Amino acid sequence: MLGFLLRRLGAAAILVFVLTSLTFVLVFSSAQNAARNILGESASQEQVDALNRELGLDQPLFVQYTTWLGKAVTGNLGKSWTSNEQVASAIANRLPVTLSMVITAITVMTIISVLLGVAAAVYGGWLDRLIQFISVLGFSLPNFWIALILVLTFAVSLRWFPATGYVPLTRSLYGWAGSLALPVAALVVGGIASAAQQVRGAVIDVLEQDYIRTLRARGVSPASILFRHALRNATPPALTVLSLQFIALLSGAVIIERVFAIPGMGSLTVDASLSGDTPVIMGIVIVLVLLVSLVNLLIDLANAWVNPKVRLK
Amino acid sequence: MSTSVSASPSANPSKGALRAVLHSPLGVAASLVLVVMVSAAILAPFIAPNNPGNVRLDMMNGAADASYWLGGDSGGRDIFSRLLFAARNTLLGALVAVGVATILGVTTGLIAGYFGRTFDFVAGWVSDALMALPSLIVLLAFFKVLGSSVYLSMAVFGVMLAPGFFRLTRNLVMGVRNELYVDAARVSGLSDARIIARHILLVIRAPIVIQIAIVSGVAIVIQSGLEFLGLGDPRTPTWGGMLQDAFANIYVAPTSILWPGLAISLTVASLVLLGNVLRDWMQKSSSGGHGARARARKLAANRVVTGQSAAPLPADTILSISDLVVGYETAAGLKEVVKGVSLDLKRGETLGLVGESGSGKTQTAFSILGLLSSGGRVVSGSILFDGQELTGLDEAAMHKLRGKRLAYVPQEPMSNLDPAFRIGFQLVEPMRTVLGISEAEARKRALALLARVGLPDPMRAFNAYPHEISGGMAQRVLIAGAVSCDPDLLIADEPTTALDVTVQAEVLQLLRDLKEEFHMSVILVTHNFGVVADSCDRVAVMRDGRVVEAADVNSLFTNPQHEYTKMLLGSTLENSTPPAYVPPSLTGVPA
Repeated sequence: MLGFLLRRLGAAAILVFVLTSLTFVLVFSSAQNAARNILGESASQEQVDALNRELGLDQPLFVQYTTWLGKAVTGNLGKSWTSNEQVASAIANRLPVTLSMVITAITVMTIISVLLGVAAAVYGGWLDRLIQFISVLGFSLPNFWIALILVLTFAVSLRWFPATGYVPLTRSLYGWAGSLALPVAALVVGGIASAAQQVRGAVIDVLEQDYIRTLRARGVSPASILFRHALRNATPPALTVLSLQFIALLSGAVIIERVFAIPGMGSLTVDASLSGDTPVIMGIVIVLVLLVSLVNLLIDLANAWVNPKVRLK
Repeated sequence: MSTSVSASPSANPSKGALRAVLHSPLGVAASLVLVVMVSAAILAPFIAPNNPGNVRLDMMNGAADASYWLGGDSGGRDIFSRLLFAARNTLLGALVAVGVATILGVTTGLIAGYFGRTFDFVAGWVSDALMALPSLIVLLAFFKVLGSSVYLSMAVFGVMLAPGFFRLTRNLVMGVRNELYVDAARVSGLSDARIIARHILLVIRAPIVIQIAIVSGVAIVIQSGLEFLGLGDPRTPTWGGMLQDAFANIYVAPTSILWPGLAISLTVASLVLLGNVLRDWMQKSSSGGHGARARARKLAANRVVTGQSAAPLPADTILSISDLVVGYETAAGLKEVVKGVSLDLKRGETLGLVGESGSGKTQTAFSILGLLSSGGRVVSGSILFDGQELTGLDEAAMHKLRGKRLAYVPQEPMSNLDPAFRIGFQLVEPMRTVLGISEAEARKRALALLARVGLPDPMRAFNAYPHEISGGMAQRVLIAGAVSCDPDLLIADEPTTALDVTVQAEVLQLLRDLKEEFHMSVILVTHNFGVVADSCDRVAVMRDGRVVEAADVNSLFTNPQHEYTKMLLGSTLENSTPPAYVPPSLTGVPA
């Protein structure tokens, strides 16, 4: 088990290193006239040169990279070029907001898609068709458009929820839930049906296995067959689906935060991207890659826990 | 996800696909929408009522009028005309992304799947890494690098979409690489390039087209998302950019958010539906058997009331099957696999059910247990078990009989143990449910049973997972499970076929001993006359869903009546010599 964990950690470390290095080369190689962009056209060449020196942009790319990497491993991600804020602290302020939204979304998605998927696997018929219909719909409607419609209906017309803003969980549970209701709804609509379809497929696959027939022949109750044996064996494929959905939710959160004016990673990304704030972009990329690696590691561990065969390998 | 669609190289796939689309109402509707969208994109300069940049100050967020059919946006420009021009930019962007993804993914997938080795490993790693990235955030990160040209962004997005094509192609190619016809082509001296072009591309064509349809939809949504965030060229109209403008004026002109959203959704939905129609067609043409629809109703009862009140059985008959017909629902209607079988089994007797695979013997056995595969049902006939008619019973009543009175030993031991649970649990759980005994009591019984069936270390087996024991041990575990609740009738479906020859005799001996010990009657499904001679009192020979001959073992071996029985016995003779067999001197009348 320990060897398994170490191997996975090693693979994740390589992934983080390769992806961040690649990103660094790409974003910094194109940021060479950042000083001019920051200071504007009216600045003198001396001012531009001075800022270039200050930002380290006068150094060769490789030196810039090793300097950045040396600081990054100690958690120092540098300063923002536009706000003078430390990148690490900017991210630390924004990440909890996005995480609370995405984790709520994936929880809601898991519960609903497992219920729908299992029900469709067992009963089939109209439920099956309903899920297929919703899945086409969820796939076709862009989540930001759903968000706009939700705002228009529930915030502008009905005034049930606030149209914008975010209330931290630490301040008010009720306010937090209210501020996240519409964003989370917009985020999960697209994924629920497709996740439910995957769960349905996984459950049907398991129910057609020989050992299910044998368990039934032994007189094991239908409830135990479905919820104990079938669900447990359908968990690994379902977990894989959910890990992919988690990555998709991170993308979705960027746009959704924009619509609802939520001060999370998404708005930070868009602002940094529009203003060419390269250190912030690098910080976001490294944090996200770490986050995705962590989630994949957790999924692997969950798989090993559910599936005894994996544990031995 | 990797919903790998199995493909069969049919004669002319593209023609069949077209017909499938035109025969489905959804397919026709989706194609129509796409044709309209593409025409709008191409013909925008000719059919748009206004120039997309034309500004009328009186129409800022204005309602529809004779010239501005859908009203004006915040800049006083015609929403309808802009929609048409935006179709151009959006569809072209999607085309770039899909083009890059297809070319990159399919090429690398072909190489990885066909040649494998190092390239497969490296490409697989890169593909996994790309899939681990949230694509929209990557595009945002590279926005300054790529500039505001949406086509360049979409080309990068195409790279991020390539893993989908890579995986699909690689898995399909791996699947067909070692097919006989590809081997034959290789042996006959065709070059790799020719084999790929002639045989492999044919197989992967349809799945790739489906993937293209889906990915085009994804590309349109992501591109609109980028433009909605303001990362597009503000001078060209796009659906995402129009939504951004409408969002900014959501309190002033709320209906403006409808049109671009509808355009995106309709286009994407049509692409997905088209993909679905093609996928359904492929699945139908590759699997002739049970349709996908029939698979769903797995746990639901699938039995019909056919029980006729038959004459009371003689007291020593435990099971009497008469005129049993079992059918499976297929696309072409009901397919009968058991066509009027009648059998009788006396208490304490072992009945051999013999026949080639596909003769209906296993289906007959499953219908006694009420465990036909999904889509299958007893069409007519009667199964009388100890005075009780089984064919009309609902699932709950059947459930009460299984384990306690009816038991089952399967053919393939390893696939019949749940891989996720310890063996001990798989023995204890049914006993607790069926017998209503305590955990400790069930545990004690399970360990005793494991010892009884001949496992050297019952405790170890009790705590082991199925993959930790051998096939022979697994079959003993399954036998222990079958007899654990003291059943009256044991149905063993080819219980030794999957085992080593050395273990076969031991397992048969075990079954014979347990039969005496537990006072069971046994139905032994097999294709092996050696097993029959060893273990059975009576035999029924099945062929094509019917019993062609039933007799006690001695008379069947000494004096087979039916030609088919003789043929089967004859083929057995080539390998082994059943003890009491005497070549037939007189040809009897076929039964």
